[in-house]
Amino acid sequence: MSYEKFIFYIFAALLVYSASMVIVRRNPVHSALFLVFAFFNSAVLWMLLEAEFLAITLVLVYVGAVMVLFLFVIMMLDIELAAIKAGFVRYMGVGALIALAMLVELAMVVGPAHFGLDKYAKPAATPANALPNTEAIGEQLYTVYLYPFEIAAVILLVGIVAAIGLTLRRRPEKKTQNITEQVRVKRADRVRLVKMDAER
Amino acid sequence: MEAIVNLWNSFSQDWPALALLILTLLKIVVIMLPLMVLVAYFTYAERKIIGYMQVRIGPNRVGFFGRHAFGLGQPLADAFKLMFKEILIPTKANRVLFIIAPMLTLGPALAAWAVFPFGDGMALADINAGLLYLLAMTSVGVYGVIVAGWASNSKYALLGAMRSAAQIVSYEIAMGFALVGVLVAAGSLNLGEIVRAQSGSLLHWYWLPLLPLFMIYFISGVAETNRAPFDVAEGESEIVAGFHIDYSGMTFAAFFLAEYANMILVSALTALMFMGGWLSPFQGTFLESFFAWVPGFVWLVMKTFFFMYLFLWFRATFPRYRYDQIMRLGWKVFIPITIVWILVVGLAVVYQLPWWFD
Repeated sequence: MSYEKFIFYIFAALLVYSASMVIVRRNPVHSALFLVFAFFNSAVLWMLLEAEFLAITLVLVYVGAVMVLFLFVIMMLDIELAAIKAGFVRYMGVGALIALAMLVELAMVVGPAHFGLDKYAKPAATPANALPNTEAIGEQLYTVYLYPFEIAAVILLVGIVAAIGLTLRRRPEKKTQNITEQVRVKRADRVRLVKMDAER
Repeated sequence: MEAIVNLWNSFSQDWPALALLILTLLKIVVIMLPLMVLVAYFTYAERKIIGYMQVRIGPNRVGFFGRHAFGLGQPLADAFKLMFKEILIPTKANRVLFIIAPMLTLGPALAAWAVFPFGDGMALADINAGLLYLLAMTSVGVYGVIVAGWASNSKYALLGAMRSAAQIVSYEIAMGFALVGVLVAAGSLNLGEIVRAQSGSLLHWYWLPLLPLFMIYFISGVAETNRAPFDVAEGESEIVAGFHIDYSGMTFAAFFLAEYANMILVSALTALMFMGGWLSPFQGTFLESFFAWVPGFVWLVMKTFFFMYLFLWFRATFPRYRYDQIMRLGWKVFIPITIVWILVVGLAVVYQLPWWFD
């Protein structure tokens, strides 16, 4: 077994383990942390495929930003496990049906017909003078896929604006400082020197 | 000596993978040991410098062999004390996460040094996406703080963790944008390339064309390491010690080490990306040949020490920010400035502004 295969199997096993732990663990904080671990493991797998840009961006975006906010919210929740489990038996039938449907769909999409090394051509080795991964992706994104890329960015922007618009409300009783006003204050605005006769 | 070299040569021919592993581990030790010593003496420098700034003396008792030696033995004494103290775990704490949290903080703080070039081509891993890797590693560091705060099962710790998480995520955006400016200017994500792009003279370094980004990067770095004046995550006057209130002994020491290692990292990166890294400040002047014997590493260390000193100076000088003002500074001041300046840098690069980008 080559070195690469060895690394692959270790991290693939860890990935499957942590991914199943995400749905098995009772404690939501544990689940979130296992999801973080799963992201790390899949980043290693991408690294093995020489997709270093995607691998590092996965860690940077999902681990470094998205999951931090996730954890942030989850840790603030006071989750009662009894309340979650209350409807378990009642909804189990529907849940099982949905799960079955998903399983069938998955089997149809990635069924046995698609497995096996002989089904796929062997990927050609990257030429030595090829662009680095980051540059190659950048060039593709900003030339061939410019419009999809820009449209996706605008959709995200709309999402941000919508989220802010939904939560923003003016509260007249709220007191905030006006920092520009504070900075612009002159001595004369605050201090009044009064001339008085000395009391003897 | 020759026998050892021969033995090594035959060994590396027979077991190339193993030899590479051993060599890499040796390199890691060579980076880590001086770093740990530097962290230890950085704490000493902090107490001494802040002491003098506040007209105190600072540590001056613990020395070597019966001499006081300006208190130079203090870091070693501290290290021994922390190592032999009991590690307390609160009854209601989440034991596994409580122990893992310090490791989660220390790990990324040390792992980030992997791509750091200590001289021309002198990096452990001279990878193309070095800047991205650094950004990823510094952003992962926040997990230790959050997990520690949650696992301690204490209100103070949770509040500290919440403050820290919100602060680090906010300032990371400004920090990332500042780095975008650097990579646009240098045209590369490789840290060595970024330094080489600054060569010319002291005025070619990026502190001048990227002055706003330079200042924003360093201030965001101070905020990211939870140092004064942005140390509300610890905030001893409000929430006692924040996220590490329940930690003792070596687990606390790990947080301490990570904080100082991160400070050194931010200082070193500022020196690298805005102050020309290992380049001599006399480059392009008549003094260049006069100082040619100084190795580049020395310049890098001197620049890094300057920024490390700034960290201590800030702590001795500025009062702590209020939390809403921290958020305002990050979101409403820094991010708009960085976006505008990225635009400026982009235009300068496109039109090949003479002196820096031609």
